[in-house]
Amino acid sequence: MTTRMPLISVEDLTVTYGDRIGCNGVSFDLFPGEVLGIVGESGSGKSTLLNAVSGQLEPAVGQIHYRTRLNETADIYRMSEPERRFLMRTDWAFVHQNPRDGLRMGVSAGANIGERLMGVGWRHYGEIRSTALSWLGKVEIFEDRVDDPPTTFSGGMQQRLQIARNLVSGPRLVFMDEPTGGLDVSVQARLLDLLRGLVSDLGLSAIIVTHDLAVARLLSHRLMVMQGGEVVESGLTDQVLDDPQHPYTQLLVSSILQV
Amino acid sequence: MTEILRVENISKSFTLHVQQQAVIPVFEDINLALSAGDCLALTGASGAGKSTFMRMVYANYVCQSGQINVRHQGDWIDVVSAAPHTILDIRRVTMGYVSQFLRVIPRVSTLDVVAEPAKMAGMEVEEAAEKAKSLLHRLNIPEALWSLSPLTFSGGEQQRVNIARGFVTDYPLLLLDEPTASLDAANKAVVLDLIDEAKARGAAVLGIFHDHEARERVCTSEFDISEFRVKSDG
Repeated sequence: MTTRMPLISVEDLTVTYGDRIGCNGVSFDLFPGEVLGIVGESGSGKSTLLNAVSGQLEPAVGQIHYRTRLNETADIYRMSEPERRFLMRTDWAFVHQNPRDGLRMGVSAGANIGERLMGVGWRHYGEIRSTALSWLGKVEIFEDRVDDPPTTFSGGMQQRLQIARNLVSGPRLVFMDEPTGGLDVSVQARLLDLLRGLVSDLGLSAIIVTHDLAVARLLSHRLMVMQGGEVVESGLTDQVLDDPQHPYTQLLVSSILQV
Repeated sequence: MTEILRVENISKSFTLHVQQQAVIPVFEDINLALSAGDCLALTGASGAGKSTFMRMVYANYVCQSGQINVRHQGDWIDVVSAAPHTILDIRRVTMGYVSQFLRVIPRVSTLDVVAEPAKMAGMEVEEAAEKAKSLLHRLNIPEALWSLSPLTFSGGEQQRVNIARGFVTDYPLLLLDEPTASLDAANKAVVLDLIDEAKARGAAVLGIFHDHEARERVCTSEFDISEFRVKSDG
């Protein structure tokens, strides 16, 4: 057996909002190529955890160790702000539930994709444009929309554009907060298929927050179930969903409507 | 022959928290071993827990005590206590499972559904596609359907797609839950041939066969799971 090193290692993470607990004592490892789903009802601390792990919300207690491309371990809240910014621009990507939070609405679709590439040092206009066009194709947006701003796109198209903008620069770790929330089911199916293909083709690691157990089953290898800021159950996705052990997980699974 | 699977003192119960904490004991103290080239039939009446036991071996269900050791790339690994990524690794290369139901993603073509496990196990894309095609041919899925999602297929067709998925990789350990259940005689014969070929290359097979004739033909021994079932009246 080869022992693999985790890509990111979270230890005893606690986030507080004043007196209130956002998430409490969460620990987990994420291995390269692994997709971790975080499920739970609203207010359970899923997004708080995601924001803390992705370097956007400083925890009160706990550590997050990230293994860089140079195979060095870095504590993301101990590094300098420019170092963290650089990491977030090059190694990481964050797909927001609302595409407006992840896109620049005033510039064209092509520029939205190109900006990420320029952020990692691309300068050749022709290459940036042709890469932007190829990514529009990958996320199934017609190439003739490249010069249109996202304000002229439907919600589903905006979400696909946000994914292209995030993945074009070759991140190693992608954070997604309800990536299919607010989309109708046919668009959702298309997006799920797309995400799953991209994640497995590019060998990405991902942490996906969702309240939709079907989405979690489709996309994630492993699942953490949160309630009241704590992780109440975690394990293999199919094990957690098919033989849930914790009362709250059993309640969640038994509450799914059958189609 | 080399042992591939060793089940030791396994017990299982379900606790239903949403129904007044009801505890349903299922099994107590199951022991069995399976070697390369063997095909063991799980028997017992409907509801005896055959599929439940198979899901425990696949680590889909949690066991309360005992060990389920699988020989994975030369090492014995206990799937009851193994870390999730180790179990995924075992499922990728060592242990295949053909369930009674096909679970697929909308919009993915039948050919890709079948080729996927082979690609995951490290086979080249073209080789995986070729192998998927030859299995779909053998299992009489018309070529015109290969580019469509199997979601719209009939029950028997979906079952055959599921079987093709299970045989596209040469797993050392195969778990087959009613692989011949909804198939006609010709397709059933194809599936039994596939099982015989798997045994011949040294695979260990754990199977549930409703059909007596199929069991007679491919199985080398039987294991009556109902003997280990905990009586619910005490």
